[in-house]
Amino acid sequence: MSDRSAERLLGIPAVLVVLVIIAMIVFIAIEAWPSLKHNGLAWFGSSADVDAEIGEMVNAGSDAPASAYELRAWPLVYATALTTILAVAIGTVTSVLAAIFVVHLAPPRLAAVITPVVRLLAAVPSVIYGLIGILVLVPFVNNHLITEEQRESVAYVIPLTGPGLLVSVVLLTLMITPIMIALIIDALRAVPRGWREGALALGVTSWRAIVSVSVRAIRPAIVAAAVLASARALGEAIMLSMVSGSKGFSPQPWDGLIFLFEPLRPLAATIAEQAEGIQAPALRTSVYAMALMLLLSSLFLSVSGSLIKRTLRLGTAR
Amino acid sequence: MSTVDAHVRSTPGVGGAGGPSSRSRWQRLRGELSLWRPLDLIGVAAAWAVGLLLIVVAAALVLYMGFRGIQYLSLDMLISRPQAGAEQHDTGGILDPMVGTLLIILLATAIALPLAVGTALWIVEYGRPRWLAKIVESAIEVIAGAPSIAIAIFGLAIFQLPMMSWASFSAADGGGVFGRSFIAAGTVMSLIALPSIFTTTREALQSVPRHVREASYGLGKTRWATIRRVLLPTVRPDIATGTALGMGRIAGDTAIIVLLLGATIQLQAGSEIPLVGTFQGTGSTLTSYIYNNSPTGEGNAPEKAYAAAFVLMLMIIGLNMLVSLIGRRRAGNDLPR
Repeated sequence: MSDRSAERLLGIPAVLVVLVIIAMIVFIAIEAWPSLKHNGLAWFGSSADVDAEIGEMVNAGSDAPASAYELRAWPLVYATALTTILAVAIGTVTSVLAAIFVVHLAPPRLAAVITPVVRLLAAVPSVIYGLIGILVLVPFVNNHLITEEQRESVAYVIPLTGPGLLVSVVLLTLMITPIMIALIIDALRAVPRGWREGALALGVTSWRAIVSVSVRAIRPAIVAAAVLASARALGEAIMLSMVSGSKGFSPQPWDGLIFLFEPLRPLAATIAEQAEGIQAPALRTSVYAMALMLLLSSLFLSVSGSLIKRTLRLGTAR
Repeated sequence: MSTVDAHVRSTPGVGGAGGPSSRSRWQRLRGELSLWRPLDLIGVAAAWAVGLLLIVVAAALVLYMGFRGIQYLSLDMLISRPQAGAEQHDTGGILDPMVGTLLIILLATAIALPLAVGTALWIVEYGRPRWLAKIVESAIEVIAGAPSIAIAIFGLAIFQLPMMSWASFSAADGGGVFGRSFIAAGTVMSLIALPSIFTTTREALQSVPRHVREASYGLGKTRWATIRRVLLPTVRPDIATGTALGMGRIAGDTAIIVLLLGATIQLQAGSEIPLVGTFQGTGSTLTSYIYNNSPTGEGNAPEKAYAAAFVLMLMIIGLNMLVSLIGRRRAGNDLPR
């Protein structure tokens, strides 16, 4: 084969990949358009019951009246943002600590154990986290953490049965930390040894040297890890559909401890659950509108995350 | 013990090996820690706690799944087909989901591997025009970051197009295309494996030194011959690593299967043609089987779900061990990205 035709042959898959991405955004946007056109910006608004609206879309069947297209998706958007932000906030702290432990504190033998452990935690399928959540964590929360008074105090609004914000955030954190740890470990290892030794020579304790020199130097990497992890958390559908309680409800922080036990349902989980009835046109366009929101926000997050990562590579820390 | 004695012992190299040394190291540590600020001590303790917690969580996860798996999995389940049933013990085995997982892995890898390796070769070895190469690289980053549920629902839109009717069933009365089949799920699933194969291959190609290529050109080989005879053999272990990682992601992805495989309990051929019919038909994989048999799903047979999850875990751990086995010959760390 000549060189010229080899270049073309290899160029085909490259161009194909780009076309697939463009097709993905275009197709989802076209399908989402009727819902967005009907609702406008009120799409993000809140209403009495988002689940009732979705139910109406299913019932409307194949020739849905215009009123069936009405959707106020605020509880779903809020649930997505809430679980993502909480999980990423907890995940950032734990993964920075874990990375420090692996790179600077752990005895070599222990550090050698953690690498496969992190890889394993990253590889466990989300459905298995969901299964353990629904069969182990949810009953535990239901039997031991929720008190009867708490249950009764909100019984007229929402039943507390175990699945909800707490279990969702715990599992989501567990799912995204491995990715963050991997990125932060790489960055910590790349900090020149001399920088930390300089601080040590000035009489700083080793922990202070780690925090004030190494961690400070890799701040862009930490941000990049958090951004990439939130792209991942945003799109988690299956695990959250299993343990979130699957109710279009917005838990409010000022409810006190009950906040943690209240059920919710993020956008991604809604898509996974409603995909069965997608032949109904009103539901179809609503589901695609949700997918478009997820796709655009994760697109934004992953592009900005990799931009931050790229500036780090060119920066001083290497 | 006098203070002088303690001082001498705590000097490195004087304590010698064994008990006294470790004791003096402990004393030295205590001496240093007493000078630290409380906040720093809390920081160190937290880092240790998180590190150990990770190990404990992973160990608990593996042990618990292993315990449940041995409890509920029997040889009979592995070789019998799943059935619809009201009670857990009526619902049969997990043969069809296992076959389904293997079919999906085979199909998706067969599509993703040439795509990813071809793209990586083009980017590193040709990569002209430069702007196109940049777009291609960001496209792959977008695929890697896109939620699999969004990719899945895009696949549904594609495979429900009338021109895609060959890939799945159509309603007999000329209604819509069903859009759910092994072909649909496998094709869309290839996008999940693509980024990891691409990234490992590209990084390996970039780490091949320039002079290796120049030596090959110097011997009169063309670029294409260099790729085939020099570069591909060199980066083969990395392609294998990326493929194993990608297979793990395929085996573990649930969203695409739930949306695109039709979730029938048994494999159901889409047409009369022997092998092609299976690919046109619907079925289930281990992940969708677990999802449907969890208390939130339609089946609600947690024992069966545990058994299937155990098999899936073994598969994932096996693929992971494969990665580290290949990785031993490579430099750098293999942490997930």
